Amino acid sequence: MNAPLPKRKLKVATTSLAGCFGCHMSFLDIDERILDLVELVEFDRSPITDIKHCSPDCDLGIIEGGVCNAENVHVLHEFRKNCKILIAMGACAINGGLPAQRNSLDIRDILAAVYAQPGRGVHIPNDPEIPLLLNEVHPLHEVVKIDYFLPGCPPSGDAIWKFLTDLLAGRTPTLGHGLIHYD
Amino acid sequence: MRHQFELETAKTPEALKRIVIEPVSRVEGHGKVTILLDDNNQVHQVRLHIVEFRGFEKFIEGRPYWEVPVLVQRLCGICPVSHHLAASKAMDMIVNGGILTPTAEKIRRLMHYGQMLQSHALHFFHLSSPDLLFGFDSDVAKRNIVGVAAANPDVAKMGVLLRKFGQEVIRVTSGKRVHGTGSVPGGVNKSLTAEERDYLLKDSDQMIAWSRDAVRIIKGLHRSNPALYDAFGAVPSTMMSLVDDKGALDFYHGALRARDKDGEVIFDQVSYQGYNTLLTEGVKSWSYMKFPYITTLGEEKGWYKVGPLARIQNCDSIPTPQAEEERVEFVAHGGAKPMHGSLGFHWARMIEMLCAAETIKDLLLDPDIMGADLMAEGPRRGEGIGVIEAPRGTLFHHYRVDDNDLVTYANLIVSTTNNNTAMNVAVRDVAKNYLQGHEITEGLLNHIEVAIRCFDPCLSCATHALGKMPLEVTLVDATGAEIDRMTKDSEGRIGK
Repeated sequence: MNAPLPKRKLKVATTSLAGCFGCHMSFLDIDERILDLVELVEFDRSPITDIKHCSPDCDLGIIEGGVCNAENVHVLHEFRKNCKILIAMGACAINGGLPAQRNSLDIRDILAAVYAQPGRGVHIPNDPEIPLLLNEVHPLHEVVKIDYFLPGCPPSGDAIWKFLTDLLAGRTPTLGHGLIHYD
Repeated sequence: MRHQFELETAKTPEALKRIVIEPVSRVEGHGKVTILLDDNNQVHQVRLHIVEFRGFEKFIEGRPYWEVPVLVQRLCGICPVSHHLAASKAMDMIVNGGILTPTAEKIRRLMHYGQMLQSHALHFFHLSSPDLLFGFDSDVAKRNIVGVAAANPDVAKMGVLLRKFGQEVIRVTSGKRVHGTGSVPGGVNKSLTAEERDYLLKDSDQMIAWSRDAVRIIKGLHRSNPALYDAFGAVPSTMMSLVDDKGALDFYHGALRARDKDGEVIFDQVSYQGYNTLLTEGVKSWSYMKFPYITTLGEEKGWYKVGPLARIQNCDSIPTPQAEEERVEFVAHGGAKPMHGSLGFHWARMIEMLCAAETIKDLLLDPDIMGADLMAEGPRRGEGIGVIEAPRGTLFHHYRVDDNDLVTYANLIVSTTNNNTAMNVAVRDVAKNYLQGHEITEGLLNHIEVAIRCFDPCLSCATHALGKMPLEVTLVDATGAEIDRMTKDSEGRIGK
C-alpha cells in the first residue's frame, strides 16, 4: 500500500448494533491485508478484542447495524463521545436495513405474537437485565452525528480496504465504480 | 447428580453483589452475563442473557416466497449460507416438493461446505485461539487475533487463508462472499465454469493440509493438559444432529438422531418434518432467546447440545478418509463414554473443518458441478420445512405460502437457540469451579466467556429467531412463586 506510516498507530473501535455481523465479516474479508492493517492501527473496543468499553482517545469508530433498543443508544453515544471520526458501515447503520422492516408493525403486537401460547397467555421477557426495545429501528445519523457512510449489504472487503487506506493516508475516501454497492 | 438448573436463580437476589460481563466478546452477536455473589464471593446466580429482539418471522409475513432465501440470510453475516440454504430447502418443498437436479444439489453442497470451512476457521483462529494459545487469564491487550499474529504468525496466517478459501468457495458459488444469491427455490442460479473450478482446485490440497494441521494443534492442546481440556465446562447432556441414511455425518441433508449423555441412542432416522412436535421451546423472563427441549423428555431432562461436539459423537462415520481417521482418534480419547467437556467442541470443530476441506475437493472433481440443468419442476405445495447442519448445529426453517405466493407463516429454530440451556449450564459449571470464593478478576471472568466461546454461539442469529412454537412458560420470582409478565414500550407504557 502507498500510505505513509503515521507517527503512532491509530486507535480503531468497532461494534455491531442491530446488524447481522456481515459487515464485520466483510471487514475480515480484507484477508491477509489485515496483517498489513495492524501495522497501522490498533484495535480498541471491538468484537474481536476483549476491550469492553472505548478508550477516550479513539481515532476511528466503525459501527455496523442500526439502533433497535436502549443498549444500542447507549453504545452509540459511547462511540460518539470517544471516537474522533464515526463511520456508519453497511445498510443497517445507514438506513436501518432489514431489521427496520419491523417499523411498519407495532412492537407490542410482534412481541405478543412471538411469546404467546394459545390458552396460556402472553409472557414476554422483561427482566431489567434485558434492554428496552425501541418502537422503531433507527439509522445511526438520527441519533448522533456521523462523519462517513460506507454503503452495502455488506460493503465488500475491497471497499472497506480502499476506504480505510484512503482515510489512514489522509485522503478523502472515494469509492469508484465497482466498489460502491447497495446490495 | 447435581440439579440441572442449579445457580440459575438466586434465593435472595436483592442481598447480593452483581457482576456483569457486557458485551460478551469474541463471539458473534450480542449477549451479556450477570453473576450474583455474596460477601464471601460465593456464587448464587449466573445467567447468559440474549439481549436483542428482531422479529424476522413476523415481518417476513406478506413477502413473496422467492425473496425469502435472500432475505432471511440477513439473520446472520457469519453463516448466511446456512439460512440461505435452509430457507431454499423449505421453499423447494413449496415449488416442487423438494426435488433437486444433481448439479443444483452439488453446487449447494459446495457452497455449504465452503461456509463450514470459513466459519470454523474464523471461530477457531480469529475468536478462540487466543484463549487456548496464551491462557484464559492472559493479558487482555494480547488476547486477540492481532496478538496471535505477533506471537504465532504462521498460525494466524493459516487461519486467515483458510477462511479466505472458504469465502472464495462461497463467492464462486453464490456471487458474493456475504449474502450471495446462488440458491433459489427449486435449484440454483449458476453452476461453475471450468476456470472457476480450476481456480478453487489449485488451493484445495493446501487447505486439506492446513486443516489437518489445525486438528493437530487442538489435539496437542488436549493431550498436553487433559485435566483442563476434558473437564472444563463439562455438561453431560443429550446430543442431537442430522445423520445420513447410513448414520454418517452429513452437513447438508439427513434425518435426526439423538443420543443420551452416555451415548445410548434416544431416537434415530426421525424426519425433521415433525420437528415441531419433537421439540418444545421454553421461555424465561431474562432472555429473548428461547430454551428448546425434546418434548417427550420434558424441560428438566430434555435439553440437548447441537453442533460439532454432538455431530462428531452422534455419527457412525465421516465420509472423507482423513477426517474419519481423526474422528476415530477423537472418540478413542473419550474411552467408552461420550466427551462432554466444552473445549471438546474445538477439537470436533477442526475435524469438521478437515471434512469440509476434503469434501470441497471431492465436489470440485465432480463434473456435475459444471452441469447446465439447474432447476427441477414438480407439484406445488403450500407448506415447506427445511433443515441443515449449520456450523453451530441443527437449523430449522418452516414456512407457509398462500395462493398469491405470499408468506403467511414463518418459524425458525436456529442452532444457537438449540444450545441455549447447554451454554447456561456450562457457564454455571465454570462459575462454580473457578469463581467460587475468589476475588473476581478480569482473567477469572474470561473463563466464563471461554466456556461460551466453545459453543461458537451466533447470538446474532439467535436474537433474530423468534418462533411461534408452543411455549411452556414458567416465570417464577426468587421465592419460586409464579408471576405474570407485563410489557413496557420505549415510552414507558405498560401493557399486557
